[in-house]
Amino acid sequence: MSETRPVKIKVRGLSKVFGSQPKKALELRDQGLKRSAILDKTSQTLGLSNIGFDVYEGELLVIMGLSGSGKSTLIRCLNRLIEPSEGEIVIDGENIPELSDKSLLECRRRHFSMVFQNFALFPHRTVQQNAEYGLEIRNVDKDERRQAARNALKQVGLEGWEDAYPNQLSGGMQQRVGLARALANDSSVLLMDEAFSALDPLIRKDMQQELLELQHRMKKTTVFITHDLDEALSIGDRIILLKDGEIVQIGTPEEILTAPADEYVERFIEGVDMSRILTARSAMRPVRATAREDDGPRTVLRKMSENGLDSIYVTNRERRLLGLVEGEVADRAVKDGQQGIASLIHQDFPCVSPDEPLHNLFAMFSGKSFPIAVVDYDKRLLGVVVKGAVLAQLAESGEH
Amino acid sequence: MAIEFPRIPLGQWIEGGLNWLTSEYSMVTRGISRFTQTGINGLNEGLMWLPEWALMAVIAMLCWRMAGMRLAIGAVAGLALIWNLGLWNPMIESLTLVVIATLVAVVIALPVGIAAALSERLYRTIMPVLDFMQTMPAFVYLIPAIPFFGIGSVSAIFATVIFSMPPAIRFTTLGIRQVPKELIEAADAFGSTRRQKLLKVQLPLSLPTIMAGINQTIMLALSMVVIAAMIGADGLGNEVWRAIQRLRPGDGFEAGIAVVILAMLLDRLTQSFRKERKQS
Ligand SMILES: Nc1ncnc2c1ncn2[C@@H]1O[C@H](COP(=O)(O)OP(=O)(O)O)[C@@H](O)[C@H]1O
Ligand SMILES: [Mg+2]
Repeated sequence: MSETRPVKIKVRGLSKVFGSQPKKALELRDQGLKRSAILDKTSQTLGLSNIGFDVYEGELLVIMGLSGSGKSTLIRCLNRLIEPSEGEIVIDGENIPELSDKSLLECRRRHFSMVFQNFALFPHRTVQQNAEYGLEIRNVDKDERRQAARNALKQVGLEGWEDAYPNQLSGGMQQRVGLARALANDSSVLLMDEAFSALDPLIRKDMQQELLELQHRMKKTTVFITHDLDEALSIGDRIILLKDGEIVQIGTPEEILTAPADEYVERFIEGVDMSRILTARSAMRPVRATAREDDGPRTVLRKMSENGLDSIYVTNRERRLLGLVEGEVADRAVKDGQQGIASLIHQDFPCVSPDEPLHNLFAMFSGKSFPIAVVDYDKRLLGVVVKGAVLAQLAESGEH
Repeated sequence: MAIEFPRIPLGQWIEGGLNWLTSEYSMVTRGISRFTQTGINGLNEGLMWLPEWALMAVIAMLCWRMAGMRLAIGAVAGLALIWNLGLWNPMIESLTLVVIATLVAVVIALPVGIAAALSERLYRTIMPVLDFMQTMPAFVYLIPAIPFFGIGSVSAIFATVIFSMPPAIRFTTLGIRQVPKELIEAADAFGSTRRQKLLKVQLPLSLPTIMAGINQTIMLALSMVVIAAMIGADGLGNEVWRAIQRLRPGDGFEAGIAVVILAMLLDRLTQSFRKERKQS
């Protein structure tokens, strides 16, 4: 599936050497030397080595790694705040490392806006003027840019703060200004370097949620950097794991959690992988509605539509789980004038005990998108686990 | 037996150079001289044409707006004392020299300071020169000024500009270099040109520091303007100079006190510019 999605940025063979003899360092790298050996030998830091990945149109791609793994270097190579030593970065057919100074300015204005870890707001400008900055330097008409900035500030919930100065705002609000400054620009890619790392945990959660909503609304291609796995899991469409300037794994949050590429990733997710301790009970939610074995297809269908369900569990009087009825099937039964639902029930869905470790649940989500039923030893239905809840639970517990 | 080592004729060389310069560029220096003299006379006459109380009112207003009531009252009291001591006109003459010298110094210092902030090489060239300019005893500048511009106020301004310019350059450079790296990065990330970065980020953010530099420049200018009486500059320095020659310490102290009043007034006023900016 992924091959067919439109690619916004293509990165190939990207390397960065900090130091005066990048050629030498890269040669040693090609001979198989590691970052630390190259540093010892030449005192050149191999910041990034042979990085290759695609950023798909409209996705939220997270780049994650420990401090010093090269995340900031990578994101700054994309818009050439740091000059790459080799490799290509192609956006809309333009190879960024080859651009002239003038085209680079143009490219930054059109394609990239950036949000920084320490906000980097202009202290001498009001909130409104900060949000206008990107448009102002492009000489956009005054009214137009005022309007665009106001819209962006509204998007991030800062209406009414236009005339305040950054130092009058809390950290969370300052970063909203940072976000608004980036959004007002209406560039095609949003670069966020540890944008939420400086915020305290509660505000951080809020901001993550809002970013997700924004991203959902605006479908803006976003490259988001974090050193925090919980954050990566809860917001990333895909995650790139970086270690010592190299990519260790690229995958969806599930892929990273269920099939860690190597020990490094495993160790990384260990802290969060409470799934070995966490169980289905912790991620379970109450069942919104169930059908009775003696309900007719019409009743079943009504219960489903009233509760916004695609399928419904059927229980007997003792709340023992008998099986599942799917909406389509019930619908057909109504049209065919069928009376009972006994013939509609099937058992082809995942079913676990409340003590089932969370990490085992991931595999069960493949195929049809039924939730997982949680039942006790008497087969009584206790609750359901939906896909999002597992990740949310993992992310939350990683915090402690 | 001591080895005879010929004395290096450093002084002669410098003199030769200066002579060459003065004869080669006499047209230019005479032009500058006339132009500057016209400016000095104009400003002097303008300020002296105003009745004393009117100028005092204007200055008091300015102090009140910029720094509050206390400075305004202090200014009126101080200026009234100067008037009463009969030092009003010398005070105006000194003020004129300070204003013109500072203007010239700042006009030169700003671009030089900016350039030095943006170019590491220029920075390393210019800093020792500034050290030299500042540590050289002040009145040494007076001597070469004379062959260029003759005895009088123009020479005084020339020497004053050279002596008082370093802090303005230094602080401009410092202010721009102190702008946080992240803000420069942010400006770059949005695609600012160098000019936009300078005008919209670097200069506004270094303004308080630049103002501190200008404040120092003004203070140095005032001290130099007083010393410049030795080469015939008018003003309060001239009063002091005359008092020394006539051995009249009382007169000397009166003129000295007037200098102090003027210095405090200029200092507080320019400091308030700085604070005003910071608050906004
Ligand atoms: N300007 C620089 N000069 C030398 N080394 C640098 C420079 N910038 C970053 N590095 C080195 O490159 C590596 C990656 O840094 P960085 O990209 O900032 O990591 P991260 O953002 O993942 O914490 C680190 O080892 C860091 O010390
Ligand atoms: Mg970083």
